[in-house]
Amino acid sequence: MTDGVAPPGNERPEGEPGWYSRVTGVGSSIRQATVIPALALVSALIIGAFIIAVTDVDTIRIWGDDPGEAFRLTFSGIADAYKALFVGSFGSIRAITETLYAATPLIFAGLAVAVGFQAGLFNIGANGQMHIGGMAALWVGFSISVPAFVHIPVALMAAIVAGAIWGGIAGLLKARTGAHEVITTIMLNFIALYLVDYWLKSSVFQQPGRNDPISQPAAESAQFPTLIGNYRLNIGFLLALAAVWFVWWLMYRSTVGYEFRAVGANPSGGKYAGMSVAWIYVSVMAVSGGLGGLAGANQILGLEPYRGLSNFAGTIGFDAIALALLGRSHPIGVLLAGLLFGALRSGGREMQGAAGIPIDLVLVVQALIIVFIAAPALVRAIYRIKAPDQDGGTTVSTGWGT
Amino acid sequence: MRLELKGITKQFPGVLANDDVHLSVGEGEIVALLGENGAGKTTLMNILYGLYTPTSGEVLIDDEPLELHSPSDAIAAGIGMVHQHFMLVPVFTVAENVILGDEPAKRAGWLDKQRARKTVRDISSRYKLDVDPDAVIEDLPVGIQQRVEIIKVLEREARFVVFDEPTSVLTPTEVEGFFNIVNGLKNDGKGIIFISHKLGEALEIADRIVIMRRGRTVAEVLPADVDEEKLAELMVGRPVDLRVHKEEATPGDVVLSVEHLVVLDDRHQRAVDGLSLEVRAGEIVGIAGVQGNGQTELVESLTGMRPSLGGIVRLNGEDITTNSPRSIHKRNVAHVPEDRQKSGLVLSFTVTENIVLDSYYEAPVSRGILMNWSAAEERALRLVEEYDVRTPSVDVAVSTLSGGNQQKVIVAREFDRDVALVIASQPTRGIDVGSIEYIHSRIVEERDNNAAVLIVSSELDEITALSDRILVMYDGKIAGEFDPSASTTEIGLAMLGSQGEAGAM
Repeated sequence: MTDGVAPPGNERPEGEPGWYSRVTGVGSSIRQATVIPALALVSALIIGAFIIAVTDVDTIRIWGDDPGEAFRLTFSGIADAYKALFVGSFGSIRAITETLYAATPLIFAGLAVAVGFQAGLFNIGANGQMHIGGMAALWVGFSISVPAFVHIPVALMAAIVAGAIWGGIAGLLKARTGAHEVITTIMLNFIALYLVDYWLKSSVFQQPGRNDPISQPAAESAQFPTLIGNYRLNIGFLLALAAVWFVWWLMYRSTVGYEFRAVGANPSGGKYAGMSVAWIYVSVMAVSGGLGGLAGANQILGLEPYRGLSNFAGTIGFDAIALALLGRSHPIGVLLAGLLFGALRSGGREMQGAAGIPIDLVLVVQALIIVFIAAPALVRAIYRIKAPDQDGGTTVSTGWGT
Repeated sequence: MRLELKGITKQFPGVLANDDVHLSVGEGEIVALLGENGAGKTTLMNILYGLYTPTSGEVLIDDEPLELHSPSDAIAAGIGMVHQHFMLVPVFTVAENVILGDEPAKRAGWLDKQRARKTVRDISSRYKLDVDPDAVIEDLPVGIQQRVEIIKVLEREARFVVFDEPTSVLTPTEVEGFFNIVNGLKNDGKGIIFISHKLGEALEIADRIVIMRRGRTVAEVLPADVDEEKLAELMVGRPVDLRVHKEEATPGDVVLSVEHLVVLDDRHQRAVDGLSLEVRAGEIVGIAGVQGNGQTELVESLTGMRPSLGGIVRLNGEDITTNSPRSIHKRNVAHVPEDRQKSGLVLSFTVTENIVLDSYYEAPVSRGILMNWSAAEERALRLVEEYDVRTPSVDVAVSTLSGGNQQKVIVAREFDRDVALVIASQPTRGIDVGSIEYIHSRIVEERDNNAAVLIVSSELDEITALSDRILVMYDGKIAGEFDPSASTTEIGLAMLGSQGEAGAM
C-alpha cells in the first residue's frame, strides 16, 4: 500500500533496488537493456538535429523571406552533418579502424566502471586508476629492455597491479571505515592527477633536457603493434575484447563474480549467506582498478607519442561512467556502447571537417544519451511504451491450490 | 451515506488482480475484508484510494460515482486510509505529523502550530485516543503511532476509514485497545473497512465479512453464521486444517545453549541483556514477544551476523560465540531470516541463484573459482519439485514469486541438508495459508528428524501451535517459560513484562 505501483501479491516491492537498477541496468532483462538505450540514442540524435538547426545562423535569417528554402537548407544541413558523422565512423576501412581505435580505452574504462556497478559500487575513480596504471606501464616501458612478447605483458601486468592497488585503496577505505567510494575515488583522482605531474618532472620519468612535464618514451618493444597496414588500430583493441570476455566470465561464470553480484544487489543478503562484504568491496575495487589501469596503459603504450603527459587520461575515465550506464553495466553492453562512443569520436572529426559542425556536438549528443538513460520514464513517455514488469506484470501464481 | 465499490475489475499485464469485485460499507458499520496475500485486497484499496484506475467498474458514494485520480480526490470524498506501514516523519511531533500536507497557516504563511495542537487534543479526547500532541513520533510505541495515523485521517474529516492489516504490528493488549477505538469510530457513524488475514479478529470486530480469493469477492457472511474453519475454507478455497499436527516431542541432548548473552542493537543499546536458553534435539522452542524486545538481535547474534558483547553460545558443546555466519552455516545450522526480502534472498537473482546463495562455494555447485551452473540448476529443479515452489521456471527472478513461494525457496535452501539446528524468525510472516501449513509441517518434520528448532515469531498463534516449549522474551531477557497449553492471556501478560507498564494501552 505504501507504494503506488505495488504489484499485487508482492508485499514489499520497495525491497527491490528500483532506482539503482533502472539507472545502472544491473539485473535488467535483455529487452529492458536494449530498448531504452536504443531509444535514448535516437532521441539524443533528434535533439542534436534541432541544435544543428537553431545554431545555423545564416539559415535562420532567411526563414522570414523564404521558408521553403530555409527548410531545405536546414534539412540538408542536418543531413550533411549526420552523413559526415556516419562516413567518418563507418564509411571506409580507415574510418572503421579509427572508430575501433577510439573505442579501445573507452571499453577498458567502461568495464572498470561496470564491474563496480554490478557490485553496487559507484567507481568514479577510473580516471585516477588510469593515471596510476598508465604510469606503471610507462615505467616498465622505458626502464627494461626485453623483447616485445615479454615487454608488453610485463608492462600490462604492472598497469593492472598499480591500478588495482589504487582502486583497492578506495575499497579498503569503504570496508574498514565506511567511507563512501564516490568521495574517496574522486579525491584519489585528484591525488593521481597531481602525482603524475610531479612524477613527470622527476628524474625518473622526465625526458632528459626538458623542463615541462613530459616523460621519456616507452621503448619500441613496449609499444602496441598495429594490426592492419599503417592505420593506428593496434592490439589494444584485441586486448579490450579479451577484457570484455574476461569480465563476462568473471561476473557470470565464477564464484567471485557471483559474490560481487549478490553483494551488489543485496549486501545484507550477501552477509547472511556468509560472504565477507568488506573483502568483496576491496576485491571489486581492485578488479575495477585493474581494468582502469589497462585503460591507462593503452593511453601510453597504444598512443603516440608513447610518453606520459600531464592529464594523459583526459576525460576517458568520466566518459566511462556514461558508457557503463549506456551499456547497462553488462560487458557486451559496454563493448557496444564503447563502439558507439568511438564512432561518435571518429565521426565527429569528419563532421567538423566536412560539414563544419563543431565536434562539441558529439559531446552534447553523448550527454543527452545519458540524460535519457537516467530518466527512463521520460523515454517511455515520449515513445509511449509501458514500464516493464513494474506495474505488476509478471507476478506468478500468488495463491496456491489448483 | 453509503460507500460502494461496484463491479471493480483491474487488469495488470498478465494478472487479473480484481475481477468484478463488489464491496460496500454504510455509516456506523464495520466491514472486514478478508483474503490471503495476493487475493487482491491491496489492489482494491489502492483503487479506492485513487492510486490505481480500475479497468472497469466504479466507486460510488450514495449512488454518486466518484472520480478518483489521486489520494487527494479520495480524501476530499471523505475516504481515509490507515496504512500498514505508517507514513509518519519520525523526528516530527504528533501535531506536526498530523498537519503534514494540510498545514493550517496564519497570515503571511506562518504555520499555526497552536491550532494544530488543539486539533490533536480535540480529536484525541473525543475518541479517547490519549495522544500527546507534543510527543516526538520516534519515542512513541507502535500502538500510539497507529493512533496518530488515525488522528491524521480524522483531522481530514474522513467519513469512511480503511485500515490495512492494522493489527499486524500490535500486541494482544494493544489489539484490544485498538478494537475499542474502532468501535468508538463506528459509534460516531464512521464507515469502516478492516482489511485482514486474521480470522479471529474479523469475527470479533466486524458486522459483516467479505471474503476475497484470487481477485474475486467469493463470499459475504455475517460473523454469527461462521467460525474460523469456515472462513479459512472460504479464503483458501478448500478445507484447511488450522492446527499443526505433531506427535509429542522426545527431546534429546542439548544442541543450542546460550548463557548470559548480551547483544547491542544498532543504537548501541543492550537489546539482548544477559539472556540464557537451551534448545534440545527433537524439540521446538518458540520465542514469543512483542517486536523490538531483542528477538531480532538475538537471532542475528546466534547466526553470526551480529557480534555479541558478552555471554557464550554453544552448539553441541562447541563454543560458536564469535563464529562467522559461514562457519555456523557449515555446522548444519539452518537459518530462516526474519526479513526474507532484505536478507534471505537476492530479489533480482533467479530461483537457481538464490537456491545456492549460501552453498555456492562448495562442490558440486562450484569447483574452485568456477561456478557449475548446471549442477546448481539441477539442485534448484529438484528442490522446487520437492518443496512445492510454484514458479514457471528456475530461471525467473525470485522477485516475481509470491511471498509464500519466496519463503519456500529459503526453506528449501536451508533444510536441504542434515540439519542439526533450525533458527527460524517470523517463518510465515505475510504469506498465504497454504504456504503457512506447508512450512509448519516442514519445520515439524525437521524436529522429528531430531533437529533442534528455535522459532521466533510475533504471532502468538503460530508460537502456540508449533512449539513444544514457549519462552517469552521481554526487554532482552526471557520473562517466562510456558507450556503450549498455557492461556493466551497468561502469555500475553508476560509479553508485556512483569511491571505491565505498557498495559496503559
